[in-house]
Amino acid sequence: MLTKRIIPCLDVRDRKVTKGVRFQNNIDLGDPIEMAVSYSDGGCDELVFYDITASAEGRGIDIDMVRDVAKAVHIPFAVGGGIKNIEDMRQVLLAGAEKVSVNSLAVSNPNIIAEGARLFGSQCIVLGMDPVKADDKQKFPSGYEITTQGFRTRTGMDALEWARRAEGLGVGEIVVNSVDTDGTQRGFEINLTRMIAENVGIPVVASGGGGTCGHLIDVFNDGKADAAIIASMIHTGRFTIKQIKDELVAAGIAIRKKW
Amino acid sequence: MITIIDYKAGNLTSVKLAFESIGLKVKITDRADEILYAEKIVFPGVGAAKSAMENLKSLNILDAIKKVIADGVPFFGICIGMQLLFESSEENGGTECTGILPGGVKKFKTSDKFCKIPQMGWNTVKIIKSHPIFDGIQDNSEFYFVHSFYPSCSEKKYIIGQTEYADTVFSSVAGKGNLIATQFHPERSGRIGLKLLENFSRWNGK
Repeated sequence: MLTKRIIPCLDVRDRKVTKGVRFQNNIDLGDPIEMAVSYSDGGCDELVFYDITASAEGRGIDIDMVRDVAKAVHIPFAVGGGIKNIEDMRQVLLAGAEKVSVNSLAVSNPNIIAEGARLFGSQCIVLGMDPVKADDKQKFPSGYEITTQGFRTRTGMDALEWARRAEGLGVGEIVVNSVDTDGTQRGFEINLTRMIAENVGIPVVASGGGGTCGHLIDVFNDGKADAAIIASMIHTGRFTIKQIKDELVAAGIAIRKKW
Repeated sequence: MITIIDYKAGNLTSVKLAFESIGLKVKITDRADEILYAEKIVFPGVGAAKSAMENLKSLNILDAIKKVIADGVPFFGICIGMQLLFESSEENGGTECTGILPGGVKKFKTSDKFCKIPQMGWNTVKIIKSHPIFDGIQDNSEFYFVHSFYPSCSEKKYIIGQTEYADTVFSSVAGKGNLIATQFHPERSGRIGLKLLENFSRWNGK
């Protein structure tokens, strides 16, 4: 049986893993390579790295870091943040990443998805989206609006419409990162996750708000997520991946047990 | 020395890094003469069947591949590299493949809206027939899969492992003599995947 994936997210700034709440008050947590090895050895199913300042500072991705991660761990990992064009995608994939994640770039230039999928395969191209609750039901039938640039910019785009369009353009997977729950550790946005999962044929990864094993159980059972991204709950040392997986197995969720 | 065939079907970095991490030397080639002299061959790949077959033909390496397989050189197909070993694939409106293994490659079909295609993630492999590449690896271990089409081996004696997805039990591992092939990606399957690659590197093909 295909298992649900647990994906630690490493926000990287100046080659250090950092964590904030809604992109603010960040504190440094450690070395990205050491943390990647530790989580991989601990049984995580995949990893994602976001270069959180590359976009804002107009820098390219830290390719040396991607290469070092690829040498150190042999599970799939995605890289996002700071991808500006097809050439950046190619560099990241050739350095050994399994997937590249595009977010703001895809909103401003949706064609990058189609082009990336054509050149590298859909399975390599992940759409990251940051939807926020929106009351105007006429403008936003799904009830969520897409934001970009680390939640700073509202796009006027409906979340579900964007997810479907991106699927049509060829993304292989969608990470739904709820702006309203990001960093809160109060639980994933279940309705949002389920709505997207119900309406696209590709895997959906829930992100934003995971704080307890119960939150993960809910987002898999009720949110119908194929995978979940976690950060604070493991970065703080409150849980190990093993503890999380044991609880999920006990709750009857299909989880990878041997590593 | 592990020789990896580069036929422009996806990125070979992770396969190369996985072998290097277990201390093996790796050569990447798209030349028939280098394939013919290889000690052990890995035939990886992601992407679509049709363009992959076209690349094999335009690089003029298909005959070399068939010859080394016939000559008993240990040969390992991964993902598309497994699928191309069968007779045909439903991909791209039907693609004729190499026919080295009996059977075809079919598209996953499901009416369950939550069963996503491609299958992307870790799934279990049930060992049907013992094989040296599974030495020291427990039955029903999980490996990393990414695919929309699945191999269906038509002769049971060549099925080494099976996996279930979208209400279908498919041949996730097939083997015939010195030829072994997996639909999953051992190079992305963590410590257990590396163990499988190490087993392949020690295998004499018998």
